[in-house]
Amino acid sequence: MEFLQYLSPSTQFVLFSALKIFAVFGVVMTAVAYAVLVERKVSAWIQNRVGPNRTAPFFINYLPVIGPFLVRLGIFQPMADGLKFLLKEDFTPNYVRKVYFWIAPAITVIPALMTVAVIPFGSTLGTEKMVIADLNVGILYTFGIVSLGVYGIVLAGYGSNSKYPFLGSIRSSAQMISYEIPMGMSVIPIFLVAGSLNLGDIIRYQAEHGWMILKQPVAFVIFLIAAFAETNRLPFDLPESESELVGGYHTEYSSMKLALFFLGEYANMIASSAMMVTLFCGGWTLPFVTALSTPSSSILIGLLHIGVFFAKMALFMILFIWVRWMLPRFRYDQLMDIGWRRFIPAALINIVVTALVVAFLHD
Amino acid sequence: MATQTIEFKDPAARVPQLGAAASEEELQDIQGDKLVLNMGPSHPSTHGVLRILVEMDGETITKAVPDVGYLHRGDEKIAENMTYNQFVPYTDRLDYLAPLANNVAYVLAVEKLMGIDGLIPLRGQYMRMICCELARISAHLLGLGAFAMDVGALTVFLHTFIEREKIYNLCESLTGARFTTSYTRVGGLTRDCPPGWVSAVRKFLNEVVINFDESEALLTRNKIFVDRTRDVGVISKELAVDYGLTGPNLRGSGVDYDVRKANPYLVYKDLDFDVPVGSVGDCYDRYLVRMEEMRQSVRILRQCLDRLPGGADNASREPVSIADGKITLPPKSKVLTGMEELIHQFMLVTQGVNAPPGEVYFGAENPKGELGFYINSRGGGTPYRLKIRAPSFVNLGILPAVLPGHLMSDIVSILGSFDFVMGECDR
Repeated sequence: MEFLQYLSPSTQFVLFSALKIFAVFGVVMTAVAYAVLVERKVSAWIQNRVGPNRTAPFFINYLPVIGPFLVRLGIFQPMADGLKFLLKEDFTPNYVRKVYFWIAPAITVIPALMTVAVIPFGSTLGTEKMVIADLNVGILYTFGIVSLGVYGIVLAGYGSNSKYPFLGSIRSSAQMISYEIPMGMSVIPIFLVAGSLNLGDIIRYQAEHGWMILKQPVAFVIFLIAAFAETNRLPFDLPESESELVGGYHTEYSSMKLALFFLGEYANMIASSAMMVTLFCGGWTLPFVTALSTPSSSILIGLLHIGVFFAKMALFMILFIWVRWMLPRFRYDQLMDIGWRRFIPAALINIVVTALVVAFLHD
Repeated sequence: MATQTIEFKDPAARVPQLGAAASEEELQDIQGDKLVLNMGPSHPSTHGVLRILVEMDGETITKAVPDVGYLHRGDEKIAENMTYNQFVPYTDRLDYLAPLANNVAYVLAVEKLMGIDGLIPLRGQYMRMICCELARISAHLLGLGAFAMDVGALTVFLHTFIEREKIYNLCESLTGARFTTSYTRVGGLTRDCPPGWVSAVRKFLNEVVINFDESEALLTRNKIFVDRTRDVGVISKELAVDYGLTGPNLRGSGVDYDVRKANPYLVYKDLDFDVPVGSVGDCYDRYLVRMEEMRQSVRILRQCLDRLPGGADNASREPVSIADGKITLPPKSKVLTGMEELIHQFMLVTQGVNAPPGEVYFGAENPKGELGFYINSRGGGTPYRLKIRAPSFVNLGILPAVLPGHLMSDIVSILGSFDFVMGECDR
């Protein structure tokens, strides 16, 4: 790795950023694919079923014991699903508004993937920080990007030029806009306590002073529930609501365009889980273990940090999935009621109380 | 050759007219700021092929027009062209979630016409009640699961299906078919239950009550479920009676009317069971009534199994059918040896049972409500006219009165709580 030192700092930056972007993109995409598998398996177990257990590529027959085991776990199912989505006929109904209809899936996916840029998913690997963009306004960037995601859904409903998607997209725009407010307000106390908007600083603060989930339980609950609403997951999946809107905004979509919406949904789930891990659950740190709560000195510890982060994220993903298969769906007006009349006041009170306590302790 | 242009009207343009928009002003409204939405006939929450024309102002429904008939097969006309026993398989396809109950209700109507309804052997009557109650549990389980799925709780549906699978297995060993049972005949049943069947039913009953508790744990006190169903789709007592609602939908509104209690048929009057009644008449009440009815069905089934004449495996060879060669087929062994039996067999197969002239109405308490058969006979083996009073059809008639004022999402709760079957509604 000698040659790296002869490169100019800016070239190094570009090189490492590109590497991290590819790595994170690859990991997120794989995670999305396997999140779908986990969803199908967990739902199957909850519902007393078996779930996907028979997708087997030809080479699996040559693996004696482990092969059938992997097949039963459905490890190869995501590949088959992905291939299926690519090979399906990409049908565009002739009454749609073509430009918007084509742009909408992309607009849904891109913000979901961009959110991941500021998440510190590990401490350091060598000298390189494990975050693509170490912004000092990280959280503001996240909220800015996340709110763009709603455009994809609105455009999908508008572009489809059909009644059910239209209703779905109206609901969705109202829902996502109203839940961004309590979500944004719920994190303000964290910055008051931690004294920084940089996500790395917040993790460092938590390593020293204990996790935010213990200090700000109200903020955590609001953020968690708002995250469910933001990602259109089940108690709040009104934009899709299969039973009344027949799929909602993506009713008219097929093939890879439909898959992009799912990709966006799961990428959003991953991003929200990562945000919750970072903001409330100490990021890549673990309490009571010194090696795991200070920035790493060796490659091995650095990898371990990344592992801890992903393990915590997986727990939140399973929570997302578990809730989906246990609860009924809210009604549109009830959802708005909870957002505006419960969460926003609660978040406001939380901000005021935290501000007072912080101010009092500083004096 | 000159080309000819044929002008097709845009199918969407016909929609407002179908909604019976009479006045000019109303039409203006529809075109102006109200959204006309066509729900169905293929829509995930219309449970088959119901079509509802919904006129909405934002998300609030201002008018709803149910449009039925997409599954019409002309069952009533078909009945006029075949003997009474030949029509039994067609009753399987009415409420296809409770075929056993339909079979029983139909033959009871025919037997009432023939005046032999008191002559059925007691074991046959008990077997018929067991069939009815098993069908009721099966139908209510599906209604419950579909209702839960409509409001978004997907897991309940599959949990109830596990129990329904067991009921289908019981049906299979009893009748030879899982779905299209065709178990009853005029004057009795096709056959007695196989050995070991009674203990299998007992085992099932012990398992199904656990499932009720599990489903209830997922729904009854679930805040979201209660919010979605309580005070939604309220049907007052008067309205329910005015529209002729029957079954759990009527009892959900607080009217204590159950055909099994009001006009007891079979031997229901000897059994000890309660009729659950709602208080408000909303979706939640209808859900609770169905839950409790399933528990009462279990109670009835346990009593029936205990009292079954002849015991579980029928050691004393109690008959299940009338032993009258003019009504039920004689045993096959005797047909080929005895002259009289041969004649009976020939007459029954070619001409059918000979019903006297007259007309009769018989209503039975089916899972969906009162399933009634009106038979007008001019004598002979076929009915002159057979009219089916389908509870689902009557229950759906109240939709235009209930839906307006609710939100779009409430349609699915209300439809789910109505628990209708289009096979029966359209006949």
